[in-house]
Amino acid sequence: MVNLLERILGRSAKGSSATAKQRLQLVLVTDRSNLSPEKLQQMKDEIIGVISKYVNISPDKVAINVEQRERDNWLVADIPLLRELMQQEQGDVDDA
Amino acid sequence: MDARVITVTSGKGGVGKTTTTANLAAAFAMLGRQVCCIDADIGLRNLDLILGLESRIVYDIVDVVEGRCKPRQALIRHKYLPELYLIPAAQTRDKTSVSPTQMAQVVRELRPDFHFILIDSPAGIERGFRNAIAPADEVLIVTNPEVSAVRDADRIVGLLEADTRRLPMRLVINRVKADMVRRGEMLSADDIIDILSISLIGIIPDDENVLIAGNKGTPDPNSKAGQAFRNIARRLMGEEVPFVELEDSSNILSKIRRIFGG
Repeated sequence: MVNLLERILGRSAKGSSATAKQRLQLVLVTDRSNLSPEKLQQMKDEIIGVISKYVNISPDKVAINVEQRERDNWLVADIPLLRELMQQEQGDVDDA
Repeated sequence: MDARVITVTSGKGGVGKTTTTANLAAAFAMLGRQVCCIDADIGLRNLDLILGLESRIVYDIVDVVEGRCKPRQALIRHKYLPELYLIPAAQTRDKTSVSPTQMAQVVRELRPDFHFILIDSPAGIERGFRNAIAPADEVLIVTNPEVSAVRDADRIVGLLEADTRRLPMRLVINRVKADMVRRGEMLSADDIIDILSISLIGIIPDDENVLIAGNKGTPDPNSKAGQAFRNIARRLMGEEVPFVELEDSSNILSKIRRIFGG
């Protein structure tokens, strides 16, 4: 019902204000942290390099982003470890 | 009396700092409070013009700082609102004519005589802004629902957060067009608060009467914008004034939509 009315009344969820909000949230990450998208990518690559020395990870599954929580910036990393390696390690423990 | 000192600032120019200062001052005066406005925009003074006091200037803030007169001698009393006073900026000098310490000193001398002292900050984040926030107890940040104004407001919030005094700051969203917000073509107040994460003190509708009032040099308390500014004044005085949703009262469709929860 609401959707129908919205369509009739011409309100669109895809107005330019949604774009404005999204663009602002992105640019403010850079403004607040002084971390440009290029520098963030460079840091990601280095972090992936360091972690790969110790555990098996798939670089394309790694997500490292700056997130805004209230007025604070958080560097949030999601780094899934590859299953094969976990099983291998399990086997190593059993052998010992 | 020991005045509350409120600085009105924004980062970006042209968002309505002077309008906000003038209208809040008029609202406080009409609510019976003694109020003094200080124009801190040295070199580009305008608060005198918006308040209709441009022909009465004898001394300005630089005259006070440089000792040519006492702060009280520089006060210009408003024509129709006897509770309202102005200390104008100097027009032929620049921001470096006054230091933050000197601003704080001038305001300290005025505090006993007023309930509120409102400081109209210049645009920017340099010396003029530093001068304007030096005497402040609290800060109002004015922004518009435009990407550039919101970004600049965020910069101001960041600078004030880095200030050791931890001044309370609240947001004024000026020039909101209700119909554009409804069409999804303008950032809503909720969007802006989401982005900036600071508390809201008022939403001012876009209102041609603001320009007309400026033409005449008399803030218009009965216009839609004037009423919204008075609500801010009342909130600053501790009253609980609900935020009314902006709408065109003529637009019956918007009412139907709200009934259906849209």
